Amino acid sequence: MHRYIPNTDGDALAMMDAIGIISMDELFRNIPDNLKLSADLKLDPGLSEPEIEQRMKELGGNNRSVNDLVCFLGAGAYDHYIPSVIKHLAKRSEFYTAYTPYQPEISQGTLQVIFEYQTMICGLTGMDVSNASLYDGATACAEAAIMAADSTRRSTILVSKTVDPETRRVLENYMHFRNIEIKEIPMSEGVTDPEALNTLIGTDSAAVIVQSPNFFGIIEDLTEIERITHDNKSLLISSVDPISLAVLKKPAEYGVDIAVGDAQALGNNLNYGGPYLGFMAVTSKLMRKMPGRIVGQSLDADGRRAFVLTLQAREQHIRRYKATSNICSNQNLNSLIASIYMVTLGKKGLMEAAYQCTEKAHYAANRLTASGKYKLAFKQPFFKEFALIGPADADLINKELIKDNILGGYNLNRDYGIQNGVLLCVTEKRTRYEIDRLAALMEVLS
Amino acid sequence: MKKYDKLIFEISRKGRCAFSLPESDVPRVPLEDLIPSHLLTKEEVDLPEVSEVDVVRHYTLLSNKNYGVDTGFYPLGSCTMKYNPKINEDMSSLDCFANLHPYQPEDTVQGALALMYELDNMLSEISGMTRVSLQPAAGAHGEMTGLMIIKAYHENRGDTKRTKIIVPDSAHGTNPASAAVVGFDIIEVKSAKDGTVDMQSLKEALSDEVAGLMLTNPNTLGLFEKNIKEIANLVHEAGGLLYYDGANMNAIMGIARPGDMGFDVIHYNLHKTFSTPHGGGGPGSGPVGVKEHLVEFLPVPIVEKSGDRYFLDYEKPLSIGKVKSFYGHFGIMIRAYTYILAMGAAGLREASQKAVLNANYMMIRLKDHYKLPIEEVCMHEFVLGGLKEETNGVITLDIAKRLLDYGYHPPTIYFPLIVHEAMMIEPTETESRETLDEFIEALIKIAKEAKDDPNMLKEAPHNTPVRRIDEALAARSPILKWQKE
Repeated sequence: MHRYIPNTDGDALAMMDAIGIISMDELFRNIPDNLKLSADLKLDPGLSEPEIEQRMKELGGNNRSVNDLVCFLGAGAYDHYIPSVIKHLAKRSEFYTAYTPYQPEISQGTLQVIFEYQTMICGLTGMDVSNASLYDGATACAEAAIMAADSTRRSTILVSKTVDPETRRVLENYMHFRNIEIKEIPMSEGVTDPEALNTLIGTDSAAVIVQSPNFFGIIEDLTEIERITHDNKSLLISSVDPISLAVLKKPAEYGVDIAVGDAQALGNNLNYGGPYLGFMAVTSKLMRKMPGRIVGQSLDADGRRAFVLTLQAREQHIRRYKATSNICSNQNLNSLIASIYMVTLGKKGLMEAAYQCTEKAHYAANRLTASGKYKLAFKQPFFKEFALIGPADADLINKELIKDNILGGYNLNRDYGIQNGVLLCVTEKRTRYEIDRLAALMEVLS
Repeated sequence: MKKYDKLIFEISRKGRCAFSLPESDVPRVPLEDLIPSHLLTKEEVDLPEVSEVDVVRHYTLLSNKNYGVDTGFYPLGSCTMKYNPKINEDMSSLDCFANLHPYQPEDTVQGALALMYELDNMLSEISGMTRVSLQPAAGAHGEMTGLMIIKAYHENRGDTKRTKIIVPDSAHGTNPASAAVVGFDIIEVKSAKDGTVDMQSLKEALSDEVAGLMLTNPNTLGLFEKNIKEIANLVHEAGGLLYYDGANMNAIMGIARPGDMGFDVIHYNLHKTFSTPHGGGGPGSGPVGVKEHLVEFLPVPIVEKSGDRYFLDYEKPLSIGKVKSFYGHFGIMIRAYTYILAMGAAGLREASQKAVLNANYMMIRLKDHYKLPIEEVCMHEFVLGGLKEETNGVITLDIAKRLLDYGYHPPTIYFPLIVHEAMMIEPTETESRETLDEFIEALIKIAKEAKDDPNMLKEAPHNTPVRRIDEALAARSPILKWQKE
């Protein structure tokens, strides 16, 4: 008898009696005998709770969390402060043990949360319409590319080299199977090269994908890129850091058609890479081409405001193979967390967090480049991350830093061939003391 | 309790705040001195201003308008809404798991890598496959990944004309949609009356252009595909591969394995079979298992072990590449791993047995009151076709809405598409006989109400936070965000 299974052997006998069978095996009579397992699965015997805790703590003991260390690592996943209210509210089981809100009358909690989330994503990006979330920033970008190819009926995607390499890898894979060609827009001085874009773009270009702040943390000026893209009747897709939008020019201010990104930074734990959430917000023109769930406002039979899943004619359970995407489950609980984060920080808090990221990152860059041993890889405006070139490979530097419980930056040699390049991230969580210590330690390494 | 109908934006008051950040301890510099002003926004960020207690009450009151497995019985067919053990949540929240950066040096995440490696082994054993990739984010994403692997396999053999995937008409909507995402054409084959594969239609559909067949077994009518071995042989003889949609895996754990049935690729739904919560629509997790001949095509990275050390292996030249950032939904993997530890082999087997017992018990008790299209022992779920006899125009939707008044989440309705007025009921093993009896009584009572007071049903629900909602209005004039009046 397992603790998660209430029916006892006595219950089972009574139920079998009602069914008219005498052995449980009769229930499985449609499975051919030669397919039935003759022995138990090779798994350990079930454990009690204390044994599970013991085992998990042993396993976890071989990990060092970002709270054991001081984290200067970003590159697409960020160590921001997570307000205490989040775990208390997101752990309400009325939220987390519910299914997709297919029965809206008993799902108004989930539905209203999504409606508010959509509103706030539109607020941050300036875009007209947001969906309810996608798996992560990388798949959101791939879905945006597919949407652009479908709506322009063109089959080439131009993607800037300054877009997160992880995102580009996922994009490459999705496009390969979809028979959409990808061309890479070279970079110049750490930003997308508009002249190169001008040469590459053509009548078959469905979309141009850029990221700002880009992978190097550099804030890209999209003015010229937007002009070139739209002159060619292509769509502009921009991947953005939601926290940066409290201070930086919004995608809509640039005339972006599809804004995407990863919203892990909005209150979600690092979780060793997932679950995070991808967001997507578009112009109203593209509303009915969007993938994923969307919540809309309506009225109930008594004329009260109520929320429902809407525009479902786009989705797989109605359109099957003609759907705009195959997505079904999304990242609802993560978008609840992102919502609580946005509400808790609010107008002033998000601006303050973004401001502190900016000034602390700049303070760190100044400290680290003061002696001349490290220099900025690019002389460009940046947000919370910056690329340095130092005296040694980043892996070697990081090996030393970890001895002092510091999690160093991302090695830029890996994807960009920038020798001795490292990408450091400084969020509002880092203190002056921690930054000074990092600078002092890095200064004595060679 | 107070009726709450406010949006967060409507309780916002200028000047209120709920955040708590220390004052910056680096010298404050005007933003314009750090970032050129043409790159800065001219608009203030549009977010509400509320206090901490406002935040807490708002979300608490919204949660009260929700219904979860912890609230009550949730017999949603094909979704396996079993109880989500609390220890799973505790383990996934441990600092040593929840707060790891995906790019940390491997030396600092050996515990996380070990967990992934072991979970791969466990899931391989349960399904009878060789290796499992934990990267896919959800069921549909797993389908997409599995189909990419199938396509890569044929392409690698130089067999490039296999551009079609066969999908039965009883399949989940994600099956054909996923095939389309991967650039396949879809051949839909008619099912036999009981939703099983019609052998004749299958034979006609097979050709050297077919890359594979997607199958759910037990199928969406809750019936085991008796001819599965023969189906596998036919598909393999035609040069195709067999894909297993693992949505219904809860029926056969420890009893039979897709790998032994002849399937080449399978996806799991950890958020169904392995008790991880659905989160109101995600995050899920959709690991993909494959047989030996497909291992080299799995997404990168995969966790490998060398001596005592675990590492992320990217050196897979034939890999399809990446399907999402990083390594998958690690937070969900922890919960599923914890669940398998708690259950063990015997527990998983008991879960499937009792899930099937519960379903058959309900089916037997309900068939005198509701239409049962196929009289056959079912697996973990069964499908009814509305009321036994047409009664005053009461339809499945009315029955579902009336169930809300009785405090239940209704079954999946109008699916599978091949059953008229379908109600797909999946009780799972975590429900007691009394719960099942009470639900059955409610359904019997509703059947009686259909005769006595049909209008009450057609207007149901009556005592939910909101009544029936005008979905057509929402789609016709979309209001997709709140706007200041």
